[in-house]
Amino acid sequence: MRSAVATDSLLKQRLAHPTGATDVARVTLGDAVLDAVLGGGIERAALHECFARDPDQSAAVTGFVALIARRACVGGQAVVRVSEDKGDRRGGNLYGAGLAELGVDPADMVAVHAPDAMAALRASADIVKCSGVGAVVLELWGRAPLYDLTASRRLTMAAARSGVVMLVVRIDAAPRASAARTRWSAASAPSRALAANAPGYPAFDVELLRHRGGVADLKARLEWNRDTGSFASLPGGVPAVAVVGTDQSRRAA
Amino acid sequence: MRIAAVDRSAAALGLAPGLTLADARARVPDLLAFDHDPRADRALLDWLVEACDRYSPSVMAVPPSALVLDVVGCLHPFERRPQGNKKIVSHPKHQSTKEDHSLWCFGALGETPSFPSATPEAALASDLTARLERAGFSARLAYGATPDAAVACARFGIDDLACLPVEALRIAGDTHVALRRAGLTTLGAVAKRPRANLAARFGKALVDRLDRIVGGVDTRLTPHRVEAAVVVEARFAEPIARTEDMLSTLARLAGEAAVDLGRRGVGGRRFDVALFRSDGHVARLTVETAAPTRDPALVERLLRERIDALADPLDPGFGYDLVRLTVPVSEALAPAQLRLEGGTLADSELAALIDRLVTRLGRNRVRRFARADSHIPEQASFTLPVADAARLPLVALEPGEPPLRPLHLFEPPQRIEVLAEVPDGPPVQFRWRRTHHRVARFEGPERIAAEWWQRQGGYHEGKSGLTRDYYRVEDASGRRFWLFRHGLYGERTNPGWYMHGLFA
Repeated sequence: MRSAVATDSLLKQRLAHPTGATDVARVTLGDAVLDAVLGGGIERAALHECFARDPDQSAAVTGFVALIARRACVGGQAVVRVSEDKGDRRGGNLYGAGLAELGVDPADMVAVHAPDAMAALRASADIVKCSGVGAVVLELWGRAPLYDLTASRRLTMAAARSGVVMLVVRIDAAPRASAARTRWSAASAPSRALAANAPGYPAFDVELLRHRGGVADLKARLEWNRDTGSFASLPGGVPAVAVVGTDQSRRAA
Repeated sequence: MRIAAVDRSAAALGLAPGLTLADARARVPDLLAFDHDPRADRALLDWLVEACDRYSPSVMAVPPSALVLDVVGCLHPFERRPQGNKKIVSHPKHQSTKEDHSLWCFGALGETPSFPSATPEAALASDLTARLERAGFSARLAYGATPDAAVACARFGIDDLACLPVEALRIAGDTHVALRRAGLTTLGAVAKRPRANLAARFGKALVDRLDRIVGGVDTRLTPHRVEAAVVVEARFAEPIARTEDMLSTLARLAGEAAVDLGRRGVGGRRFDVALFRSDGHVARLTVETAAPTRDPALVERLLRERIDALADPLDPGFGYDLVRLTVPVSEALAPAQLRLEGGTLADSELAALIDRLVTRLGRNRVRRFARADSHIPEQASFTLPVADAARLPLVALEPGEPPLRPLHLFEPPQRIEVLAEVPDGPPVQFRWRRTHHRVARFEGPERIAAEWWQRQGGYHEGKSGLTRDYYRVEDASGRRFWLFRHGLYGERTNPGWYMHGLFA
């Protein structure tokens, strides 16, 4: 059963989109083709993982997930980002002015710095239970053996109860069995050059590694548009629909 | 080497502070001498100040060996109430504001002055004496109208101010000797002289000191802690040791504090708990809330969380006999009404969540973004503990611009090796974290000058600090970096390059 507040935030979103074009239980990315392939976006009350393609891509994956979290928030809801000291030391600190430049209001973000992975997981489990939060981002560096199937299952169940989207960023780690609804891999992509060969808008190469009950092996090159607050496919990238088929159909085959 | 302090048995043998150690050894060959450690003495005095917090909120240490407690309005726990009569007995003396200063002088020798029995003062004095004796201190208590009078009485063990020797004035130099030679041996004799003549002969300082001791000129105490607006406490005849008992007491106290806060129309932002152990040790806990609150259940939950998160668990020893809850920081809080669509509810849910996290992880681990008016990137935007950060509106950005500031900022910036075509030109290739990156696109420089107006002599040529030239750079694989050259070629001969941030 969803709590009154969760239903209420859904109601608010429905009022914000009176045409009913967007499914309130899903977070859209803003790109029509990709959203259609994903079945209307990624599920809200679930856990999603995003892996950095290599450890130096931490900013790209953090940015991609922060932008999804921003799209998940309705009416000034807060994004809570949980990180551990190890990651803060290696990846540098999140910079408020840079968030604002991406179109994410830093005032809506609360940063929780946990001393270790155990504390980070405990804090995330508490935060994701709170339906007043828009999205929870948990950033884990390295192998993080504590984040296993049980831990991810616990977070998934809490997210399902509260209706909050739980996003787990994994850097310098290999995918392992988990209860994630979708699993992504992200990296920076060459941007479209602006005048005088200046670096352009943020661009990401994303890959959908796993999608429970949906398409998998999907690759796309996305560009973030700050003014519309949405992603769009870049023409230079791989077409959004590479392989069509569900996990079930492949398993049946 | 001279003697700084003596114990009771040494004093009985005629040794006194100020005597040289050689003379003392000549008189008493088998005496035991220890190095004088003023810092340890001061720490002990501070510990006693904390322990005396149970009697009065304004306690001041007077080094080397005295404490002054202002007990005005603090005697009600020691008042005996007649059985069957609800009226509180109050002594007319307590209603005066100036009379009730008491001093306890530790380490001095002598007898405790006797108060009329059955007054609250006597009850307080006997309670304090008993506790001090249990802790191994010998103390002399005195009672005075002003702090200076109390200190002087306690130091010399004389209750009558007029009989105090002139040394009680504690004026530097030979003034004491001069006063004695003039035939003025007691304060009473000095006080009878015209003030103008005394000031002309011995200086203004003497008259000031005299007025503070016998003239009733009251210098205020400097208490070790600011008194909180709301204070609730529970005393136990039999000390409590179980954590559950303590928490239920705290829950009751939080309820009492909530009533008081509600009457004032404020909510607490910080709640301090002091647990006074019967042996004088004081344990202190603090919880902070993100928004003002009066909710006793929330305060209790936060305290429970705080106790669970303690690195060293609470050691109740023989138990706590006084538990005190204070609210030192409060803010206006109007009674809230739930909104139909639940916005307030969601906000308060988030606030409660943040409070729990702050209590469990610590104040500095839950942060919000803040910004300041500065051009220097690391000073323009930073994070603050959530309790200190105010919500700021978003700065309007130029539409159509790419992000000009990185998502991750390295602090301090990381040194890199850069190859540029011309010395003050943009980078062509750089090496960061043992990897070579070829620059495919760049934009810059964005020149950020040092804050020369903040530096001493910064308006002089060459003293304004180093200018930074920032470049937004994208390498061949699509990664975007924020690099800067520290210094122009005019400012230094070989300026270094640094990696300052990563773009998404």
